[in-house]
Amino acid sequence: MEFLNAVFVAPFLDIADSPVFFAEVVIGGLMSGVMYSLVALGFVLIFKASGVFNYAQGAMVLFAALTLVGAMEKGAPLWLALLIALGVMVALAFAVERFMLRKLINQEGIILFMATIGLNFVLEGAGQIAFGSDVKRLDVGLPDNSFEVGGILFNTFDLSAAFIGAAMVTTLALFFQFTPMGRALRAVADDHQAALSVGIPLKTIWVVVWSVAGAVALVAGIMWGAKAGVQFSLVLIALKALPVLILGGFTSVPGAIVGGLIIGVGEKVAEVYWGPTFGGAIEGWFAYMLALAFLLFRPQGLFGEKIIERV
Amino acid sequence: MPATRNIGDVLLDVDGISISFGGVKALSDVSFDVREHEILAIIGPNGAGKSSMLNCINGFYHPQEGTITFKGKPRHQMQTHEAALQGIARTFQNIALFKGMSTLDNIMTGRNLKMKKNLFWQMLYFGPALKEELEHRAVVEEIIDFLEIEAIRKTPVGKLPYGLQKRVELGRALAAEPDLLLLDEPMAGMNIEEKQDMCRFILDVNDEFGTTIVLIEHDMSVVMDISDRVVVLDYGKKLAYGTPDEVRANQDVIDAYLGVAHE
Ligand SMILES: Nc1ncnc2c1ncn2[C@@H]1O[C@H](COP(=O)(O)OP(=O)(O)OP(=O)(O)O)[C@@H](O)[C@H]1O
Ligand SMILES: [Mg+2]
Repeated sequence: MEFLNAVFVAPFLDIADSPVFFAEVVIGGLMSGVMYSLVALGFVLIFKASGVFNYAQGAMVLFAALTLVGAMEKGAPLWLALLIALGVMVALAFAVERFMLRKLINQEGIILFMATIGLNFVLEGAGQIAFGSDVKRLDVGLPDNSFEVGGILFNTFDLSAAFIGAAMVTTLALFFQFTPMGRALRAVADDHQAALSVGIPLKTIWVVVWSVAGAVALVAGIMWGAKAGVQFSLVLIALKALPVLILGGFTSVPGAIVGGLIIGVGEKVAEVYWGPTFGGAIEGWFAYMLALAFLLFRPQGLFGEKIIERV
Repeated sequence: MPATRNIGDVLLDVDGISISFGGVKALSDVSFDVREHEILAIIGPNGAGKSSMLNCINGFYHPQEGTITFKGKPRHQMQTHEAALQGIARTFQNIALFKGMSTLDNIMTGRNLKMKKNLFWQMLYFGPALKEELEHRAVVEEIIDFLEIEAIRKTPVGKLPYGLQKRVELGRALAAEPDLLLLDEPMAGMNIEEKQDMCRFILDVNDEFGTTIVLIEHDMSVVMDISDRVVVLDYGKKLAYGTPDEVRANQDVIDAYLGVAHE
């Protein structure tokens, strides 16, 4: 009885009691949600354009952040370090196309998936060899202080991060919808054969997509890195993107965005209001439980295309 | 009608093409040529190798033997992308449109190779990039008018009925302003009215733009009506090759078609 009360009644009373605090929790959730969206977006881009589930997306986040910090430690100013890191991610995209995708053209999805597991190890290893394995502080000069609006507490760093994330997502959406290159990317994502027949060069498209995914990884790496330090655990953020993808559908850009926000808010709210009942730290597994529920009841995700088995 | 157009030199020369998949010989030693401005039909029962022939011509398949010469240039392992660059556009037997994209966007993709601005500009939507985009848009609007599909410009093509999808696919191929247009069963599954429309479009394309066309079709009356010459394939072999009248009178063809179910 007491347990039922703690699950079904008390949290809602708390919310009603102090809506301002609830708003704060939700906003905090949205902030980390934007970051989840960003990582998930990297997955979706690559999955749509090359049909590859990129296991190495998390390693790309770490690698990009490590490159940035490494360049800054060598004395490069922030803007130069950003350029260098971006350049390295684009070079990585070329290398992936040249040495991985091109060799594996027309192979099964599972083979490509395994190739990205290999890529994951290469990136983790290379990152550590080049930059060591200590936790590195990353200071990108975003202000980190708090202010209040209508009784709700805001943090300027979180706000800036959310803003940058949102700007990035919007830019990508516009890029896809309006530019000739975006149209070509959508075409490839839709039908490889038809795209080839109108002369869209797949190889170029792959390089572009992996570069964009690299840039997205860099931004995500900077934001998480500036918050929690650049360290190996950045790779684990990619694991959080998995439930986001299950929620949003693997092929949907809006899905990745909304899915990320839902997971971000959901886990914060769950932690604050239901955490104590379950002995705390449910932030760690809440996303996966939610994803599991989705897999049972709506396997194609929120926005994914409905899967109809051909018989 | 066909006779009034002046048929030019050989545009495409197919010489001794063979290709097999595992044990199946899809094509064995097939030769024919296509002349500028003509309409050539490839006919034959199901599984005769018609689609395989088109796939060889546009570089999806690489024949194990034989050569294909396009515009006087022989080629061996040509990629699809290069075939498109040389001026070959096509439609598919099982419509291959970009289902999530609008009619307009689908046809715009056909302009891909006409885009002159480099990759960097193609990532933007202002300045010279926008100017070029609008020029291509104008061409595409003409095609849309020509095919009488103004009403569905903004509709995602996945939502369109089959006959209209086939028309959009033709539009996308036309957008490339090809010298050689390959049509794989452009009228399959259409009703009489839709077939008549499609016939008219094909003849108009051929007439107005002088586009050379190779098409696969099962409907004999259509084939005999619109084509200048006909290649008949059966079990991967060339059974007959000539004008519709010659082919119709050919005993092998009559034998092959008797009792063979076709659509
Ligand atoms: N990619 C492929 N892999 C394996 N076999 C193939 C492939 N493409 C064609 N074939 C085989 O080659 C033969 C000819 O096929 P093709 O599609 O060219 O016939 P078609 O004349 O177009 O028939 P339809 O009228 O049914 O479209 C068939 O036996 C087919 O199974
Ligand atoms: Mg066929």
